Amino acid sequence: MTYAVLQRLGQMIFVMVGISMLVFLIFFGTPGVDPAARIAGRNASPEVLQAVRISFGFDQPFYVQYLTMMKKIFVTGDLTSFVNRGWKVVPAVLDTVPVTLSLVIGAAILWIIFSLIIGVLAAAYRDTWVDKVLMIAGLIGISMPVYWLGEVMNLVTQSRFHDTWLFSWVPPLGYKNLMDDPKGWFLTLIIPWITLSILYIGLYGRVLRAAITEALQEDYIRTARAKGLSETRILLRHALRTSLIGFVTLFGLDFGALVGGSALLTEVVFGLQGVGKLTFDALQNLDLPVIMTTVLYASFFVVLANAVVDVVYIILDPRVRAP
Amino acid sequence: MILQVRDLRVTFRTEQGMVRAIDGVSFDVEEGEVLGLVGESGSGKTVTLLAVMGLITDPNCVITGSIKYRGRELVGLPSREMRKLRGREIAMIFQDPMTALTPVYTIGWQISEQILAHQKVSKRQAWTQAIDLLTEVGIPKPEEAVHRYPHQLSGGMRQRAVIAMALTCNPALLVADEPTTALDVTVQAQILDLLRSLQQKHGSSIIFITHDLGVMADLADRIMVMYAGRIVERSTNAGIFTEPRHPYTQALLDSIPPMEGARPNRLKTISGAPPSLLNLPQGCAFGPRCPYKFDACAAKPPLGAEAHATACFLESAQ
Repeated sequence: MTYAVLQRLGQMIFVMVGISMLVFLIFFGTPGVDPAARIAGRNASPEVLQAVRISFGFDQPFYVQYLTMMKKIFVTGDLTSFVNRGWKVVPAVLDTVPVTLSLVIGAAILWIIFSLIIGVLAAAYRDTWVDKVLMIAGLIGISMPVYWLGEVMNLVTQSRFHDTWLFSWVPPLGYKNLMDDPKGWFLTLIIPWITLSILYIGLYGRVLRAAITEALQEDYIRTARAKGLSETRILLRHALRTSLIGFVTLFGLDFGALVGGSALLTEVVFGLQGVGKLTFDALQNLDLPVIMTTVLYASFFVVLANAVVDVVYIILDPRVRAP
Repeated sequence: MILQVRDLRVTFRTEQGMVRAIDGVSFDVEEGEVLGLVGESGSGKTVTLLAVMGLITDPNCVITGSIKYRGRELVGLPSREMRKLRGREIAMIFQDPMTALTPVYTIGWQISEQILAHQKVSKRQAWTQAIDLLTEVGIPKPEEAVHRYPHQLSGGMRQRAVIAMALTCNPALLVADEPTTALDVTVQAQILDLLRSLQQKHGSSIIFITHDLGVMADLADRIMVMYAGRIVERSTNAGIFTEPRHPYTQALLDSIPPMEGARPNRLKTISGAPPSLLNLPQGCAFGPRCPYKFDACAAKPPLGAEAHATACFLESAQ
């Protein structure tokens, strides 16, 4: 088992190196484009262009360019944005990471807990009104666009009902550092967590219900019944346990994508300076070094999340372990 | 008498109408007896056993009649009570050992789970019992096998594990649904030997289903032949094989390849197909395929109560 885990993590390193090469090629190896002009930004003076060429080694062989870039991002961390003059890119990205992580991890905890509850309840009471109500609620959750839901949440908690006892605790929008102000951190994030997790609660609840219902048709469930086990035990220890494998796959993909910047809309609506917001701003003014760094960061996170999922698989499903 | 089934009817509501899977089945199982159930797919063998086990969970299913286990009525028994019987008094062995075990738990875990559900013992004791059971069903190196997952065992070993699980509480009645069908022939013989020796050792009664008449001749004390949800013939092992009376039983036996004499060009088959349960013929269900059909067959032939009983008018007409 340890070997399988190490093997999977080793593969992850290879994939990450491959991705970094591919991303580099897309940005700097595209024929007919002067990467220096891209990095320097719009309306750059010839002097700036020349400085970029030397700084990034564009007068040197391709692999040197790649290594220079990787060194600037991972080793020295002195990749500089020319659009936002002199702005150090790597610290800027690193500053946004805790914001996005706080948002996504909190939401993920919420959505795991509630989707498990909803999925199991709906499967336990399948085809009764409990099931129908939960599944319709889930569908509504999936159908609400997060930017709209976020704005409605803001309208309710920040404006219309802010002065009532219900929402007077809601602090103004923005991120508070966990280390400096844990209570403020928690309070500011509650509404964003709920907003972001509602879609996933609905989605995962429905997926889990379907998986459990399918698992309940399996032969081993009949065996479990024939053993004289209670329905609760059959549902939780046999049907739910085998359904978790698909659940974890989905979770890994969504979590990785969200940490990699897909939480953009939530970040914008709630004024959180996260990775998504940073990427979005960089795209708007074509700040190539920032885009390059956030794309690398995002893809690394997806790869990492997938590797973690595979490790969880190894724990969950004995069939995946090496024989 | 350990089990007494009287006029059991199992009906499923479907979109096409009511399907009567079991239509008035009555039989007894004596202590220490091996009762064989034989019949084509869809003849109601498995549904009969599932009804006895109380394992039909379909809300569209209606079960009427009486199933008495040691005098206790099982039809309509609250599920909590039924659960106490299942796995302790009545245990089941399933057809396909590949899918009958939960893939994510070790064999030992699954066996001790059943022990813990019915007996007041510690986990450690349950685990020791599981090792003993695996030894009893002939799994080599049982101390290692308890830590194995189902996918790490061969089909025969898995079926042994399933049997070990069924034996955990030394059940008085063992219900086996084609326990050897999914196994290859040499393993089949081993599993049958195992079942026979366990039955002799523990004295449990066994009801088992098979398509394989050879297996049936080998193991059963008494045999019931089912067709379209009814019992068409019931007799001792010898009675069925030496003196089959129902045309369906005769046709089934005729379709076995002969061991002696010239090899037939083609095996005998039964013309036609089993009737759809949605649209059963009036009268005898075997009528449309029966070479001896005559006027009386327009009514449903009843099954007598004698030791060798046949649901056919032919005999009384002769």
